Amino acid sequence: MNHLNQYVLSVKVENKTGVLARVVGLFSARGYSIDSLSVSKTQHDDVSVITIVVKGDDRVIEQVKKQLNKLIDIIKVTDHTTVSSAQREIAMIKLQLSPVKRVEIFQIAQTFNAEIIDLSQKTITFQIVGPPNKVENFIDIMRPYGIKELIRSGRISFLRESHNL
Amino acid sequence: MKMKGARIIVESLLKEGVEHMFGYPGGVVIPIFHELFDAPLNFVLSRHEQGAIHAADGYARACGKPGIVLATSGPGATNLITGLATAYMDSIPLVVLTGQVSTEMIGNDAFQEADVTGITRPVTKHNYLVQDVRDLAKTIKEAFYIATTGRPGPVLIDIPVNISNAETEYIYPETVEIRSYKPNYKGHPVQITKAVEMIAASKKPVVYAGGGIILSEASKELQEFIRKTGIPITTTLLGMGAYPETDELSLEMLGMHGTYYANHAVHESDLLIAIGARFDDRVTGKITEFIPHAKVIHIDIDPASVSKNVVVDIPIVGDCKTVLKDLNKKVIAPDIDEWVKHVKAMKKDNPLFYEDVEDVIKPQYVIERIYELTKGDSIIATEVGQNQMWAAQFYKYTQPRTFISSGGLGTMGFGLPAAIGAQIAYPDKQVFNIAGDGSIQMNIQELIVAVQLRLPVVIAILNNGFLGMVRQWQQLFYDKRYSSTCLECSPDFVKLAEAYGAIGIRVEKKSDVDAAIKEAISQTQIPVVIDFRVDREENVYPMVPAGKSVKDIIMRELA
Repeated sequence: MNHLNQYVLSVKVENKTGVLARVVGLFSARGYSIDSLSVSKTQHDDVSVITIVVKGDDRVIEQVKKQLNKLIDIIKVTDHTTVSSAQREIAMIKLQLSPVKRVEIFQIAQTFNAEIIDLSQKTITFQIVGPPNKVENFIDIMRPYGIKELIRSGRISFLRESHNL
Repeated sequence: MKMKGARIIVESLLKEGVEHMFGYPGGVVIPIFHELFDAPLNFVLSRHEQGAIHAADGYARACGKPGIVLATSGPGATNLITGLATAYMDSIPLVVLTGQVSTEMIGNDAFQEADVTGITRPVTKHNYLVQDVRDLAKTIKEAFYIATTGRPGPVLIDIPVNISNAETEYIYPETVEIRSYKPNYKGHPVQITKAVEMIAASKKPVVYAGGGIILSEASKELQEFIRKTGIPITTTLLGMGAYPETDELSLEMLGMHGTYYANHAVHESDLLIAIGARFDDRVTGKITEFIPHAKVIHIDIDPASVSKNVVVDIPIVGDCKTVLKDLNKKVIAPDIDEWVKHVKAMKKDNPLFYEDVEDVIKPQYVIERIYELTKGDSIIATEVGQNQMWAAQFYKYTQPRTFISSGGLGTMGFGLPAAIGAQIAYPDKQVFNIAGDGSIQMNIQELIVAVQLRLPVVIAILNNGFLGMVRQWQQLFYDKRYSSTCLECSPDFVKLAEAYGAIGIRVEKKSDVDAAIKEAISQTQIPVVIDFRVDREENVYPMVPAGKSVKDIIMRELA
């Protein structure tokens, strides 16, 4: 297999039944699994944006982008892989809360601006928001403390007007 | 005016100018059939939904209008899948209506329920599930628009039975506006200018024309382009008829079973002008050795076809006809006398060949006789396999829409229903179904449709008792282990024809071939099945083995 690069695609679509299935079908038909996916409405109720993170062969992804553009309900496909864009993700992460490590955990969370969204006798749950590498980093650092549960939102990506950020 | 959904469907079809439609009834489409009962359009009742959709496809390929299909939910719809995939691969416009269980039952595993929009998503250009009767007319209008514009293709509308029974005000929209679907017809002028320059500077150009020429009705423009430039032209299987194969600049078909001269000319070329073709693997063979010396101009309406398999130097995204018209205004003939002389010499020295003998019937001989005896004026619908390749090689196509064949998907069982569809489009034309003894059995039930409608389709079975193309591969590449390709037990095709009420003729001697064809084409009210007992182990040559290049072309049987 050829070398696979990670792509971030932003797909603006008509908010209609079956659109998501059409979009992801183009990836699954090629045996590509999607690393992350996020879908929601925009300021227009009838338009949604699908953000897809996927690893693939350059030529195949080029082909998929053309195929996406061909789908009737797709309004626009934008490749955010190499352009200046703000990419964000949310993770919620539940940890074992042993009294010995409590302060340590709190300090790390503070450094990352992670918010506590749940606290119980035995567990603590943080929410972290940020660029994917920050979220990734936080998860890696928290791993040794014993992650009980972890969910991630999937990435969203916004093109910047300015190119110097 | 208020109408039931079922009535809206029929009215909308009439608005679209539908004259013929193909299909099969079932539970959830009874309301639609109820309205069709006295509607002023011809409903062709197939004997299997697959037959209906291939007939609609053959109709569309023959006359250029979209083929219309109606089938019921569940098994009715799933029986259409092969037909949808066939049409999708070859970009044939179809509007396919399927019934669905009532909206409130969807997802409950209701009787004859299947997720048809889900199943058909990868094999349709677009599909719809109608969830509100008020959307029905607009959906039908859009379906016709999408099926027939841009790169054409099948569009399916899944209609729950309660939608067919619900009432609403009927207004058929005059126009369609889909903000996310705006096919581009006109080629970019800068690209066209670049193409003109590249053509003028070329020394060894070849035109490679495909089904896009037929679909966009660009045959005349293509011929003008060739006349102005003097460039030799080869076509794909689906492009046959786009340019007269009887012309001296025609190299006929290229690819796996294409002519020696087409394949070699393309291989030696310094410029390949692809028009409405998509560099299929059956055309290119080993892609890295396909055109070692050539630059590529690619004219195609589908941006996704450009640089998909072959890197293109000058892409021109647009409709073949529109682009060729623009190109013809500016094109400058290149100085290629030497090249054309060389290509013509290759053509003269390496013609299509088979060893004709007196004691057995060669399948190629049958095709040649059909060509001669019908003066090349028939519509030929083929099955898939050796019969298809011989029909492509040994009949010379001079008109678009006269060769009807499943190219991309390679669907056995396509030919007979497609021939029926073509005959319905052109009642006065001679239509042949060139078949093998294998593929004819895949949709033989449709024979009764031809009998019922008095369609004088001639079904020429090249009967070799084998699934011949696979047997050929087994002979050449799999140590002659003829695994499951010998059809030791087949029906008596003459009796079978008679059982259906058709005429059956068996031909076992070469000297009887002409008489049988003449007898068959003299019929005007009844289909004829001719069982040609041909040489059992004849192979299709030339052959560029799969994944190989033109250097590995096999020209004839090795001793």
